[in-house]
Amino acid sequence: MKYAGRLAVLTIAGVLSLAACGGDGGGTGTNAEPGATAAATEGSAPAALSGEIKIDGSSTVAPLTQAASELFGEDQPTVKIAVGTSGTGGGFEKFCAGETDISDASRPIKDEEKAACTAKGINFSELTVATDALTVVVPKENTWASCLTVDQLKKMWEPAAEGKVMSWKDVDGKFPDEPLKLYGPGTDSGTFDYFTGEVNGEEGASRKDYSPSENDNDIVTGVVGAKGGLGYFGFTYFEENADKLTAVQIDSGSGCVAPSVEAAQNGTYTPLARPLFIYPSTAAVKRPEVASFLDYFVTNINTIAKDAKFIPLNAEQEAKLKSDLTALKAS
Amino acid sequence: MAVLSTPKSAVELASKGRPLKEHLFRVALLSSLAIALIFLGMLLIYVLEEGWPRLSPTLWENMPSIRRPETAGIQSGIFGTLWIIGLTALMALPTGILAAVYLEEYADRTRWYNKVIELNISNLAAVPSIVYGILGLGIIARWLQFGFTVMTGAITVSLLVLPIVIISAREAIRAVPPSIREGSLALGATQWQTIWRQVLPASIPGIATGSILALSRAIGEAAPFLMLGAATLVRFNPEGVWSSFTVLPLQIYNFISQSREEFHVLAAAAIVILLAILLLMNSVAIWLRNRYQKRW
Repeated sequence: MKYAGRLAVLTIAGVLSLAACGGDGGGTGTNAEPGATAAATEGSAPAALSGEIKIDGSSTVAPLTQAASELFGEDQPTVKIAVGTSGTGGGFEKFCAGETDISDASRPIKDEEKAACTAKGINFSELTVATDALTVVVPKENTWASCLTVDQLKKMWEPAAEGKVMSWKDVDGKFPDEPLKLYGPGTDSGTFDYFTGEVNGEEGASRKDYSPSENDNDIVTGVVGAKGGLGYFGFTYFEENADKLTAVQIDSGSGCVAPSVEAAQNGTYTPLARPLFIYPSTAAVKRPEVASFLDYFVTNINTIAKDAKFIPLNAEQEAKLKSDLTALKAS
Repeated sequence: MAVLSTPKSAVELASKGRPLKEHLFRVALLSSLAIALIFLGMLLIYVLEEGWPRLSPTLWENMPSIRRPETAGIQSGIFGTLWIIGLTALMALPTGILAAVYLEEYADRTRWYNKVIELNISNLAAVPSIVYGILGLGIIARWLQFGFTVMTGAITVSLLVLPIVIISAREAIRAVPPSIREGSLALGATQWQTIWRQVLPASIPGIATGSILALSRAIGEAAPFLMLGAATLVRFNPEGVWSSFTVLPLQIYNFISQSREEFHVLAAAAIVILLAILLLMNSVAIWLRNRYQKRW
């Protein structure tokens, strides 16, 4: 059996050392300090909680829930929160299969998704946690399109435009004959659903000959690289890239409005200001760690939103969020 | 040993006969090698340059953070990757090596079912990893109800690398000269004793090299994990096989899609760590091969 040991070593030696490291690291990473619930913020967490909270869904909303989980983690270091980014649709699919506790969404839940949830006996509640101003962007060289009407946007993006509207001149005779290069999110994205719903009048209806990407950085790169480029994504992304891109003002019938925190909050940036949601399941809220996380999230909502560079809720929306959570916990 | 040295001198002799063609061939071979090395070098220099500011202990001491990209780390990704690779090695290597032993030493190759198995293994080795992700999601995560846990990830990746492990282990076993087996059997050893005491020890270097290369492939996989829905933002290390997890390639993917420039630097630094783990594993493979290599 001289070689048996050798073979065994080869198959498991490395493995065990790796696994052992993993075990050691678990303690240092989450750093359990039961008594040290620093009352740094108003969301008072009385006792040390544990458990795991699974969140998945929109990649637009993910930074907000992640920021909330980080701040909550300072109070409750032993609650483990995993945030996935499967997209709004992908998130609901898991949520309605009972695989996640909270679903992030950048559009309201659809009827067929509701039906899937009901079929599985998953009850949930809708909480509006922040506002986003969907921003239409063009490169800095674009001097002609500082303001676009919703009709002009529709002309560019509607399914009938496919293969026909290929130049800015086709959108409006006043524009130069510059090739129109469109960039946008892919079909799994709530941003795509919202934009197509508001601009083209039907969710999911869009021309297909544009460059789709789940990574908003690709849209930035694409638009920056083409003089006739145009794309859309969340306001946060525009703010980070404001040095490279121009945000188009949107005219929905009552004049041109540029996307901004104020315009999104006071409702003048129509129709592209949209609410962002989280959908906690009623069953999960019964667990103390989930209830405590939601309490913290809602109590500090605007601090978290500002921290994560989201557009905070206005006073009215904030009051509604608080009463919604109270109702959810009572149910 | 004397036999081995003869072909080398024969090559040298032959090259004297046709200098021009021989030289051209050599240049072609060298430039092929150079292309691979130059691109690897360029990639290394690029990520090192880009990620240099973040290559400090904070990288592996801290958890990822969406709020403070400048001090965010990748600890949960490193540990997630180590857990997955560790479990994968535990599951895929014994299974793969035993399957290879069966196919090489026991299977009757004229039987139709053995032919089907062989064909399938070669095909499976070429199946794109995202397909394994779908398999893991549908069967392991949903049907077996394992959820999106370290276990699901490890089983999926095990299935992914299994064909590669089997193929490389078979090659290694086949390289053991028949005379070793015949000698062992002639001395009265059973087939099992022959395999366990002669064939396997002799093929260990090849098996180990192949296995480590297969695991190295698994380390870099992001596609099956994306499909499995491993969380992208995780601020804790796995504490067991039923824990949620993330892996380094997914973290890198997530960092790159963030808008802030600091995340792109972080992604480059994470790539350096991933490459370092890969190079470490590959050098272990080389060391094992040299340490245990036998010549006949």
